[in-house]
Amino acid sequence: MAADDIIEIRGLTSFYGRRKVLHDIRLGIPRNGVTVIMGRSGCGKTTLLRHLIGLKQTSRGQLFVDGQDFGAFGEDALKRYRRRIGVLFQSGALFNSMTLRENISVPLGVHTKLADETIRIMALIKLHLVGLSGFDNYMPSQLSGGMRKRAGLARALAMDPEILFVDEPSSGLDPITAAGLDRLLVELKETLGMTIIVVTHELESAFLIADQLAVLDEGRVLALGSPDEIRASTDPKVVQFLRREADQEETDHSSYLEGLLRAG
Amino acid sequence: MTQMIQLIQSLGARALDELGDLGRLGLFFHYMLRGLFRPPGKFLFVVKQVWFIGTKSLFVVGFTGAFTGMVLGLQGYYTLSKFGSEGMLGSAVALSIIRELGPVLTALMVTGRAGSAMCAELGIMRIDEQIDALECMAIDPHAYLVTPRLIASLMALPLLTAFFDVTGIYSGYVIGVQLLGVNEGSYIEGMYKSVEWADVYMGIVKSLCFSVIMIWISTYKGFFAGVDEGNFGPEQVSRATTDAVVVSSIGILVGNYMVTSLLL
Repeated sequence: MAADDIIEIRGLTSFYGRRKVLHDIRLGIPRNGVTVIMGRSGCGKTTLLRHLIGLKQTSRGQLFVDGQDFGAFGEDALKRYRRRIGVLFQSGALFNSMTLRENISVPLGVHTKLADETIRIMALIKLHLVGLSGFDNYMPSQLSGGMRKRAGLARALAMDPEILFVDEPSSGLDPITAAGLDRLLVELKETLGMTIIVVTHELESAFLIADQLAVLDEGRVLALGSPDEIRASTDPKVVQFLRREADQEETDHSSYLEGLLRAG
Repeated sequence: MTQMIQLIQSLGARALDELGDLGRLGLFFHYMLRGLFRPPGKFLFVVKQVWFIGTKSLFVVGFTGAFTGMVLGLQGYYTLSKFGSEGMLGSAVALSIIRELGPVLTALMVTGRAGSAMCAELGIMRIDEQIDALECMAIDPHAYLVTPRLIASLMALPLLTAFFDVTGIYSGYVIGVQLLGVNEGSYIEGMYKSVEWADVYMGIVKSLCFSVIMIWISTYKGFFAGVDEGNFGPEQVSRATTDAVVVSSIGILVGNYMVTSLLL
């Protein structure tokens, strides 16, 4: 484990019923960096994410957060950990019966003793951050999928988390919105020093934002390293994975931007 | 021989599943009650639920009460007139409604109307990852979603039962006295003499118990919609809703017998 790893995964093996979905995962998540976990659908990346946010119990293997054994966390320790994290779910997971502002106010209202007016202003600031100013009184059902996802991100950021987990940020988004979201994630890392863990199968976005990339295949870590190291990998499966999706995609920054301009 | 072993294995697996389910149901009850002493207490949400469970059920409960009272008036008159004791009609109608039919039928109607809706709402929250999102925000989903509904139901159901009782007794009066010509004085006097505080008390205790059963089962079914299958879709919500109504209704009928035998 590197000294500055905020989370360390040691030998994590996971099951759904009798089906083994993760095999002996070993991975360190460096502090203040963007770690992207990528792989094809069904490779176990979302399951890994659910372990990291404590939604799936670890039956075999260990997770360490700041050097402390996650499996030994009691209810209070888990609660403290969860106050340090923000999670953007694949669907956005907004509460349907509340407006966007109320959605973002939920964690603030429960965990802080701030005045209602302060909470309202903070919620508006978070909405502005994700480019949704003026939509504070909209219900989630009145928004597009991309807007719901961004609102979900605003809620995940409500408590200024130290670690941000993002599940499939760009799935279902148009290229421009997806690029905006990528840029926002990088900004959050750079300006607030957030540790960000992104689960995705979008190669382009992964190579653009990642400091560390982990390629998962059938529940195993196939390759781990910086984007350059992954690109240079000679592992046939990694090469196949990258080629399969990279056929019509360039991973070079300038052509990525050109692609965006064309799409616009 | 192998078939025999397979049969025993599948029986054992089934028994373990059922036992696990029972354990989870018990824990859910514990968390629901624990929510009474934990934040977030949401006064406004409780008021909204009282409106949803109580006010919105007034019509259906009143309607059921009216027709139950009317049919009791008819049947009671027919039976009592065989013994020449039509004068007892008031006490027969009042006692059967206050002790039995009022609490049971009200609870069954409210389960059909509000219990199913609550189950569906929680089921949708489950499949849309909203319950996961609450957990990740370090908010106790039981205290946030289930306990306020319990408090609201404990307030609304006894009042609805009282409304049912009054409507039923008055409808019995209309049929017995005004249609069939039973003496008005003996209808009122018989009821006045035979109904004691213990009868009313039994009705209140029953409706409180039924509130707990209805909320416990309905929210449990919604809360865990699709969790066992590991498959989260509309089909799971619809199945959970059907289960919620059937199991709650059975629970109410069995509970009714048990409370009656304890209080008699």
